[in-house]
Amino acid sequence: MTDSSRELPRTSSPGDPDRDIIGPGYTFASITDKISQITLSRRTPRFWFVGFALAFLLTMVLFGAIGWLFLKGIGIWGVNIPIGWGFAIVNFVWWIGIGHAGTLISAILLLLHQEWRTSINRFAEAMTLFAVACAGLFPLLHLGRPWLAYYLLPYPNTMALWPQWRSPLVWDVFAVSTYGTVSLLFWYVGLIPDLATLRDRARRKGFQIVYGMLAMGWRGSARHWHRYETAYLLLAGLATPLVISVHTVVSFDFTIGIVPGWHSTIFPPYFVAGAIYSGFAMVLTLAIPLRAVYGLEDFITIRHLQNMAKILLATGLIVAYGYLMETFIGWYSGNPFDWYMVKNRLLGPYGPTYWLLIACNLLSPQALWWKRVRSSPWRLFLIALLVNTGMWLERFVIVVTSLHRDFLPSSWGMYVPTIWDWATFIGTLGLFAALFFLFIRFLPMISIFEMRTLIPEADVETPAETRSRREATP
Amino acid sequence: MKPPTLLPSLPPAPGPAKDPAPSAPADFASLRRRLEEERGRGRWRSLEELAAAPEFEAALPPEFAEGADSPAPIDRREAFRMLGVSFALAGLTACTRQPEEKIVPYVRTPEDVVPGGTPLFFATSMTVGGYATGLLVESHQGRPTKAEGNALHPASLGAADVFGQASLYGLYDPDRSQTLTYLEEIRPWPAFLGAMRTAVEAQKPSRGAGLRILTETVTSPTLAAQIQALLAGLPEAKWVQWEPLSRDAVRHGARLAFGEPVDVVPNLSRAAVILSLGSDFLGHAPGHLRMARDFAARRRELASIEGSKGGGVRLYVVETAPTITGANADHRLAVRPSEVERLARSLMAALGGTGGGSPSTGNAFLSAVASDLAAHRGSSLILVGDEQPPAVHALGHAINAALGNFAQTVTAIDPVEARPADQLAELRTLVEEMEAGRVDTLLILGGNPVYDAPADFRFAERLAKVRLRVHLSLYADETSTLCQWHVPRAHFLESWSDARAFDGTASIVQPLIAPLYDGRTEHEVLGALTDRPERSSYEVVRDFWRTRLGPDFEGAWRRALHDGLVADTAFPARNVPRPEAPPAAEEARAGGETGLEALFRGDPNLYDGRFANNGWLHELPRPITKLSWDNAALFSIATAGRLGLKKEDVVRIAFRGASIRAAVWIEPGVPDETVLLHLGNGRRKSGRFGTGLGFDAYPLRFSDALWSAPGVEVRKEGDTWPLACTQLHQNMVGRDLARAADVEEFRRDPDFAHRDELEKEPSAADSLYRPYPSDTYAWGLSIDLNACIGCNACVLACQAENNIPVVGKDQVRRGREMHWLRVDHYYGGNPENPEHFFQPVPCMHCEDAPCELVCPVGATVHSAEGLNDMIYNRCVGTRYCSNNCPYKVRRFNFYHYSLQFRAPSMKMLPNPDVTVRWRGVMEKCTYCVQRIQGAKIAADIENRRVRDGEITTACAQTCPTQAIVFGDLADADSRLSRRRREPRSYALLSELGTRPRTSYLAGLRNPSPKLPRPVRAGWSELEPEKETGQR
Repeated sequence: MTDSSRELPRTSSPGDPDRDIIGPGYTFASITDKISQITLSRRTPRFWFVGFALAFLLTMVLFGAIGWLFLKGIGIWGVNIPIGWGFAIVNFVWWIGIGHAGTLISAILLLLHQEWRTSINRFAEAMTLFAVACAGLFPLLHLGRPWLAYYLLPYPNTMALWPQWRSPLVWDVFAVSTYGTVSLLFWYVGLIPDLATLRDRARRKGFQIVYGMLAMGWRGSARHWHRYETAYLLLAGLATPLVISVHTVVSFDFTIGIVPGWHSTIFPPYFVAGAIYSGFAMVLTLAIPLRAVYGLEDFITIRHLQNMAKILLATGLIVAYGYLMETFIGWYSGNPFDWYMVKNRLLGPYGPTYWLLIACNLLSPQALWWKRVRSSPWRLFLIALLVNTGMWLERFVIVVTSLHRDFLPSSWGMYVPTIWDWATFIGTLGLFAALFFLFIRFLPMISIFEMRTLIPEADVETPAETRSRREATP
Repeated sequence: MKPPTLLPSLPPAPGPAKDPAPSAPADFASLRRRLEEERGRGRWRSLEELAAAPEFEAALPPEFAEGADSPAPIDRREAFRMLGVSFALAGLTACTRQPEEKIVPYVRTPEDVVPGGTPLFFATSMTVGGYATGLLVESHQGRPTKAEGNALHPASLGAADVFGQASLYGLYDPDRSQTLTYLEEIRPWPAFLGAMRTAVEAQKPSRGAGLRILTETVTSPTLAAQIQALLAGLPEAKWVQWEPLSRDAVRHGARLAFGEPVDVVPNLSRAAVILSLGSDFLGHAPGHLRMARDFAARRRELASIEGSKGGGVRLYVVETAPTITGANADHRLAVRPSEVERLARSLMAALGGTGGGSPSTGNAFLSAVASDLAAHRGSSLILVGDEQPPAVHALGHAINAALGNFAQTVTAIDPVEARPADQLAELRTLVEEMEAGRVDTLLILGGNPVYDAPADFRFAERLAKVRLRVHLSLYADETSTLCQWHVPRAHFLESWSDARAFDGTASIVQPLIAPLYDGRTEHEVLGALTDRPERSSYEVVRDFWRTRLGPDFEGAWRRALHDGLVADTAFPARNVPRPEAPPAAEEARAGGETGLEALFRGDPNLYDGRFANNGWLHELPRPITKLSWDNAALFSIATAGRLGLKKEDVVRIAFRGASIRAAVWIEPGVPDETVLLHLGNGRRKSGRFGTGLGFDAYPLRFSDALWSAPGVEVRKEGDTWPLACTQLHQNMVGRDLARAADVEEFRRDPDFAHRDELEKEPSAADSLYRPYPSDTYAWGLSIDLNACIGCNACVLACQAENNIPVVGKDQVRRGREMHWLRVDHYYGGNPENPEHFFQPVPCMHCEDAPCELVCPVGATVHSAEGLNDMIYNRCVGTRYCSNNCPYKVRRFNFYHYSLQFRAPSMKMLPNPDVTVRWRGVMEKCTYCVQRIQGAKIAADIENRRVRDGEITTACAQTCPTQAIVFGDLADADSRLSRRRREPRSYALLSELGTRPRTSYLAGLRNPSPKLPRPVRAGWSELEPEKETGQR
């Protein structure tokens, strides 16, 4: 039995960083201890306070910016005619894109039996939620009259008015809210067994009560586990198409328009790939410092980083293909407006942003062909940061350079973000960080019970038994 | 003693009910019993009668609280407490003073007024530079809301220019001067009358030797008669006129040519070849609306293929400053001011006349013009600009005479001005007298000489030497601050007066509203100097006309008021001696290089500065530069390059020791080595808009160099000044937007407008969506680019009609101007002397509108009549519709711009038929849907369809050249449908499949076959000039 379990890759030869998804020498108890003590220890590390204070400050900047926006109107931003959408939509698409990795890791990799996902799925899902929360702010904020945002919902009213269903913005409302809801459920359901662990281990009364309520009476009985597994699998099945659909719908915001640079059939796959790309970049951006400061190198191993780097490289190449095709079709279509748009993107006043985007998104991930780069956390961290920047620039290029010079030269203009644009953007970075700091402080950032299944002792059946059981169930 | 009760039959008042609820059912039962017992006459007639029964009273809950009729005794403490509270509350209410509101119902309904109903229209006239343009002003319950042209008036023909349109904004301007002041203290009118009385009495012994009256150019017969009457009593007093954009040269030129001051009125309807020597006859000239109409009519003849023999017009323009006239020329030559006279002399010589010029050799332009003019004797026309020296005017008359154009395309009439005079010389005399202390009392009736008199007159300094200074003006301006008495002037929409148009036609200026403030007219101020100061302007004007309107005065008076003009007052043509060309003066022959030359021109929007506080005019993009809010020093590309200047650089321009600062703008079409400065900006004291905006060029303007200053120095200051331009790209980048062709090309290929289209315009069947059913009207608009002269009148008409707010310079710089209709301007050809294309762009009202598709809340939807409607209160402001609009005609309320309509006087400005939009709402051209609905209601009442031409949009209505036609496409015979069937008709960006309801007629040019065509190729695709940080 022990021999056969050696064939499993996850616990093979201890100390092989390329293959391990958990460090050697862990027991059920030590895993639980190591992860739960981050949450339950009385002493909160100093860096947490510093980081949270900074994030909280930026969150206050966000609230200040929102307050001023509501008081004065959308005019405090740099938007104008012709550039009706500016930072708000750039940030929206960027955050939504980041929100993709979590669900992809949790749902799709779960269905594909990629067990290495276990140590990263929890915080990736949290990241997704917070990113979607940040993203969800922007469509509300960018309205001229945000207090009427409910007009976009199909609610019964005396005027018998419904939303205008042909508009992609209405599709967006449903896509994003569905995605947000399913992500939240998925994350929460996955948390329940760990919440019960925390409840049982918490020493302070308040923690016991709060975790107890959140654990919803989880006792770890076989029936509980059975229902849990079923629910989790179902949610994974539900979430999987959403990963594809959300960013497809977001890309419709652009493709449905007739603006040169928006009106393109390549956008849905290109946006989805871009979303996964930016999402994994953000997971790396978060995972690399986390494993360093909390000493989690045994849980988030080099193999995890390598796998994510490979995904980064693959989706980066898809995105690169998208850029290439956009440019090529601009020329090949023979449409003077499209061709002008391409030339203007490359050489116009916003040309530098395009070339910076190419450098960040196209060139920097090419370093990932080298294994040395893939297995170096700090290099990976740098590339991930570059990709995050590049993906933000990509959305900026799509939104702004397409709009600023469209059909009639008479109405061409320039978009210059104001201090309030920046404050809102940086403010959401703060909000995201603040939420994430709270998460790592109060909830287990790595799934305890799933990590426990990774050690050899967790295997209670032989592979043959496993096989026969799997064949028995349809 | 209690008086005997007056109402003994009333039942006694019931006492307080004692807990009626428990016994109520029983009592109801007894009532019912009692009712059953009642029979015959005893029946109860009303519930009240029944209620009088004490049982019933008892059954009801008490009306007042228990004890209400006998208040419980209050003890001392309670009484003090209540007193204290009452005082405190009374004090609280005193903190806010309730606004005084008077509610005055119509005791007697004014004639024709339907409260909340249809507006009334009154004819009046507006003068600019003395010359009247007839207006028809819309009035809603006594509140003027919109100025339109008066179709009966010869200077309007139904059109109004930007000044006429914007006069409403001036009327309601909250910064207008509101009270009569003496040394900035408020004084009552009788105090002023007393002061004037004293002043006149003091002048009587010297027969008025110390009295001077300074006015603007006066064409008003009444005012002139008043002044003459005053001068008759005080023969030593003098009347001086001063108009900074003076027509002295015109008068002088006429004297040179004819020996007496006559006005020469052009008639463009007969002209086949027109040469303009610096004349902006389409933009600013007496009767320019009329000339624009005639010019466009002649241009339209080019478009008829069959009847083209002899039809049409060819326009040559020689000009020093780019104007819309030059922009509409078939051939334009940009020259420095000193060269115009030489050109005119050469032309004279080439036409066989004498004038000291030599027939220019090698000048292709001149020989082409000369041969063209010679071939059109009697149907050609030379027009000379006001700014040209008298000799050029005289030459112009001589050439017109040599070509036999008199009585054909030009007519000489008696001068329209009440007293034609050399205004500059008179003003010089005045300031000399002021300097010498010979002026005791100076009445300045209108005008702002401290700001706009020539710099060398040092008017402000000399004004201080006058003992008594009186200034009548709309604003407390630069001149007012230096005068003791400031009399607020009544706006012309508040005044009775009269004026003459360019052809002498007199019209009565009638008020639309009682003066909003303490405004007085010049008639009343002059009246203060007479024995009858109590006469109102109404009486003065009526008394003047009483003897001049024939036997039936009342009838004729009413007629004149109704029509907006006094019938048959146009001056008849008169005979003039054949003019000869004047001998060439020394300096004209010298010509030569004079270094950098500054040109002074009236501002296209602010004129001489009198409209400097008019927000509508400030925000209006100037026709060619598209600059709003500031003027700039305009340089040609080459000169700017030589001086190393960029747009928005600040330069110091110095001339004869005076210098000004100005921001640089580079304008193709300005002659090299010149700098063009528009006057009227940079006011030092005006209202909120006027003060401190733009650059004042008057300090450089000397009396001997009124229009051009040779030898100015330009030095870069190092800093920059932000300018607000609404169209940063005036280059079609090779796109087929504003289409035009030469007439020859059009005759060869009438379908030229569609030749270069990317693909055929898709039909309704190509759409995924079902076409909208169209069994009703199908509104549409057609704009004739052949007729459009780019004058901006439509833009202001739209702004006035549709309550479009003014957003300010900062917002314009951010690209947030709100004009629903804009006039795009593009260059073509050689950047040194480019061709110009104007293209008004309203909403296209696409049949397959991209905006409708993407609005998430259905706030922009298609009407059954094909209108693309905006539903303001449904709009949440995603701005997606604007992004998806290929024409970018949608405008967004980024801030709460409409707050400006809450200022007390501005509240009266908005059109009550149009919603004032809120912050965060998208808006755009509606095809003036309020007018459509009004006409449909009228038609429904009469049970008929709306007739063609019954509805006209604000832009179409005011267009001087009738370039815009609104109508029903469902009616195959409508003017619109006929236009749409013309081969020149095309839709903007039709290849996108939007199927616009707004269409264009391609423009036509009629170039001389003798001159090479400018290169048609578009400018380089990527803008050569670097964009400013704007937008």
